[in-house]
Amino acid sequence: MSSGTVIVGTGQAGFQTAASLRTEGYQKKITLIGEEPHIPYQRPPLSKGFPLGIQDFESIELRPRQFYQDHQIDLVVGKRVTAIDRAAKQVKLESGRHFPYEKLVLAVGARNRALPLKGAQLDGVLYLRSLDEAVIVKERLKNAQDIVVIGGGFIGLELAAVACSLGKSVTVLEALPRLMSRAVAPLISEFYRELHTSKGVKVVCCASVSEMQGSGGKVRGVLLSDGTQYSGDLVLIGVGVVPNDELARNAGLRTANGVAVDEYLQTDDENIFAIGDCAEHPCEFAGARIRLESVQNAADQAQCVAVAIAGRRNAYRALPWFWTDQFDIKLQMAGISNGHDCVVARGNAESRKLSVFYFKEGRLIAIDSINRPLDHMMGRKLIANRVRLAPEQAADESVDLKKIASSTGMPHS
Amino acid sequence: MPKVVYVSPTGDAREIDVPAGTTVMTAALKNGIDGIVAECGGVCMCSTCHVFVDEKFFDRLPPAQDTEEAVLEISAVERQPNSRLSCQIKVTDDLDGLIVRLPEKQR
Repeated sequence: MSSGTVIVGTGQAGFQTAASLRTEGYQKKITLIGEEPHIPYQRPPLSKGFPLGIQDFESIELRPRQFYQDHQIDLVVGKRVTAIDRAAKQVKLESGRHFPYEKLVLAVGARNRALPLKGAQLDGVLYLRSLDEAVIVKERLKNAQDIVVIGGGFIGLELAAVACSLGKSVTVLEALPRLMSRAVAPLISEFYRELHTSKGVKVVCCASVSEMQGSGGKVRGVLLSDGTQYSGDLVLIGVGVVPNDELARNAGLRTANGVAVDEYLQTDDENIFAIGDCAEHPCEFAGARIRLESVQNAADQAQCVAVAIAGRRNAYRALPWFWTDQFDIKLQMAGISNGHDCVVARGNAESRKLSVFYFKEGRLIAIDSINRPLDHMMGRKLIANRVRLAPEQAADESVDLKKIASSTGMPHS
Repeated sequence: MPKVVYVSPTGDAREIDVPAGTTVMTAALKNGIDGIVAECGGVCMCSTCHVFVDEKFFDRLPPAQDTEEAVLEISAVERQPNSRLSCQIKVTDDLDGLIVRLPEKQR
């Protein structure tokens, strides 16, 4: 019997590869191996509905356990793949057990970037990525009073909103001059600073954290390099991730900011693909090689690879999109705004209905939307299809984006 | 318990008991109904839980919010007047017997 496809990683990308392979009619063996002890689940709710108690584990499972049996997907959880033997075409577990493959998909994700400061080992200093970590965060939030969040990016701000909604006193410490600065324009950063501040969150930008302070082994606060102290009995750290590229690197595959793949999401070894958070891929919408951490990227890359393994190879060219939920506001993002040279607003912050359009050399490259969902969805079509839109049109609310977007065909993901 | 009938693109119907308060999307996933992908997990960011609601029931549903309306504009199979996102339809006793038809593709 053929050794089929082995997928390493049970996150959204790994799960979707297995599911899409079956949808595409693939009939060989599929083995899905993950380090976490749980069946595949959605990660986004871990910093939103899960700690708030709105969603439990059952409601964030990607599929019930029965699904894997019904679709002949061999799910191996709680096992770490330690090596790839490319010559023998097999992966090896810690236990020594081997899984032969015909095609191998690395969907091994990323891990939290650690903040190696004094006091980082104190009790009450937490990170969030996995369900197990989310369970601890949720539990510790119950009895904590003062929460310090280090990092004003998506995860940090989502956690700050959760903690604030639970009635806690919350301080966000961001190293850069504004919130979510790598992802959004100043106008959006400012909107979110005001949103958090209006709910009672203390937002401190340009904050250079020098150490976590504690007593009796427990964290008591955070000290900045300028001497300012913030007391906190729980410190949540969200300062980005690093890709898990060691497995690929140790197997002699090229890595850069993640496992390096081509437009077909193939590594240097034609039988090995890398997708999702761990994969550095060429992105025509960014005009560069990038690595993205998102549901869309995980699911669309999984689909692309599943189709290729099932026999129809196509270059990956899905438009990136993202979202973040903080308090009652959803920020929807389409495209990659890096390198923009012109920014135009549609709507305004006062009405809480605002979109920001990013242009580069006269071409629309990204849109961020708050309470303007049609702008976001039409933005996906406009950017994906490279429809011409002038900045003046973007700013003019009387211009019908739907009409302009439908002047060409449907986008494709 | 209210029942929901899922009809595949080829016309196969499956009737599922769905606890009131559960969405049509969640019930589909829990019961192995193929044809609902639910990529974003039910937060109105993708259109992969698109369904066509039987006319007898369509007007009984609370109307779609702006966010859902916008998402329906990008569905893989073009939206019809009776299109909805199944993540936004909460089953109630009132909707017992609800019939939804699945599109040919979701992506």
